Amino acid sequence: MWHVAFSELRKLRRPSLFLGTMGAVVFFSGLFSSLLFLLIDSPQGNGDRGRMIGREILALPTGGVRGFASVGSFLGIIALCVFAAQTAQEYTYGTLRNLLVRQPSRMKILIGKLAAMKIFAIIMVILAALVSISASILLAPRAKVNTDLWFSAAGKSAILETFVNVIISVIGFGIVGMILGLLFRSPISAISLGVLWLLIVENLLVAVKSNTEKWLPGSNLSAIAQGGTPTLEYKHALIVGAAYVIVGALVAAGLFKRRDVSN
Amino acid sequence: MSELAISVKDLTKNYGARVAVSHATFDVPYGTICGFVGPNGSGKTTTIRMLLGLVRTTGGTGEILGESITHPEKYLPKVGAMIEGPAFYPALSGKENLNVLAALGGFSKERVQPLLEKVGLGDRGNSKFKTYSLGMKQRLGIAAALLPNPKLLVLDEPTNGLDPAGIQEVRELIRDLATDGTTVFVSSHLLSEIEMISEYLVMLREGKVIFYGKTAELLAQQQPVIVAKSKRATDLKKLLKIAKNSGHSASIIAGAVHVISDSSFAAEFNELAFDAGITLSSLNAVLPTLEETFFEMTGE
Repeated sequence: MWHVAFSELRKLRRPSLFLGTMGAVVFFSGLFSSLLFLLIDSPQGNGDRGRMIGREILALPTGGVRGFASVGSFLGIIALCVFAAQTAQEYTYGTLRNLLVRQPSRMKILIGKLAAMKIFAIIMVILAALVSISASILLAPRAKVNTDLWFSAAGKSAILETFVNVIISVIGFGIVGMILGLLFRSPISAISLGVLWLLIVENLLVAVKSNTEKWLPGSNLSAIAQGGTPTLEYKHALIVGAAYVIVGALVAAGLFKRRDVSN
Repeated sequence: MSELAISVKDLTKNYGARVAVSHATFDVPYGTICGFVGPNGSGKTTTIRMLLGLVRTTGGTGEILGESITHPEKYLPKVGAMIEGPAFYPALSGKENLNVLAALGGFSKERVQPLLEKVGLGDRGNSKFKTYSLGMKQRLGIAAALLPNPKLLVLDEPTNGLDPAGIQEVRELIRDLATDGTTVFVSSHLLSEIEMISEYLVMLREGKVIFYGKTAELLAQQQPVIVAKSKRATDLKKLLKIAKNSGHSASIIAGAVHVISDSSFAAEFNELAFDAGITLSSLNAVLPTLEETFFEMTGE
């Protein structure tokens, strides 16, 4: 399995993919966190969907990771795209047959690929955390936000907790991407369907009937990154998100194991 | 250990109602170069995919290097393969593509550069795969197949896209490998190439094996042909009539009369032509080529 993972890491470290993805992570992590402080007095709000997050909330121990938590679902979408592309490209390039000749165990191929992509996702999350928390620390004085509690024991615990939650969420999104890649066998189809569903279809469904949010995969995985939301309890999000990921992964792995490689 | 590198019996693959390969049975001895030929759609690639564990068999059994094809993990570490042309990651260099496969198979990275040099890509290894010509891609595919230092090398159309010099290099490479004891199972539509290098042959038609054995034996079974050319083109029809009147099957192909007969008829045919006032410009008794035999056997 580790041979597969090392081999996959060689593909993931190619400059166009690695630097491009990490560049996007740095830019959006910085942007999301900066806006939280720069727009603190804006009547249009400084949080996602126009929510207002005031100084007293940002001064809490969780204030330092507020931006990082909110960038979590965006990181998830990036992970979904990367995992889907890395999986589906093996079919479009015809390279799957090379992989299977060198490693006939299809489950080892899947698990090894997943391990490498998890490492990629963890690097992404670490980078996002560094940028986001640094931006928060730099901009808090200017926004007149008290940061004393950020550096307390509770603040440090909030950083760790948010970091773990964002990783769970991002890997969850990534596995969804991998499942789509295995099902559609085309990066364009897998990514477009995944992004379309998460960014448009789920939002429309929630707008039409708000209680559907409780059962939608994207909403639940996003809620995990934020440690739960006012409408989605953390434990519920974890259970529903895990159910989607586990069932989807079992179906996709079963198909991958049995399907003939004809291209 | 078995003396056969490949041995399959009644190998069958159905896609729904369509039969891709039907009860294919053949053996390939160790250390030989075996040509695998058949018209497009005859089931060559499906057979190769079954041998490599990429496609599930519907029926039949098989052994590769003495191991059952139901356990490809037991023999694939000793098998190199290039199936249906080279497939690599376009954004990676040729060298990096081989490094990916070396890491996957647990092979030393040190093998990569010598292999690139062996296939004539030593100075282009750091160029991206997407910048390669078809011939270069093909060479990289062969280098990838050689990564495990294989006991069995399976090559599907290895000379596609290569120029004559490249084709000759691949031919020499295959011969060298066979000399070193590697069994080479090679499919190609260039039958003249196959005839030049293959001691063994497996011929498929509509998913069925119609011949397997020594190439020389197949060609020896074919009837020889006398090829006669007349000085004047207008005499060809008269020559054809003479051959047919002598009880032989004959036809005009590419400005020459082809008479199916062994060389013993050549002298008589020459005399008959002379008596009819026809001067022959050439008269040869030849064995059919593999290509001619292939067309006759496959009805293509």
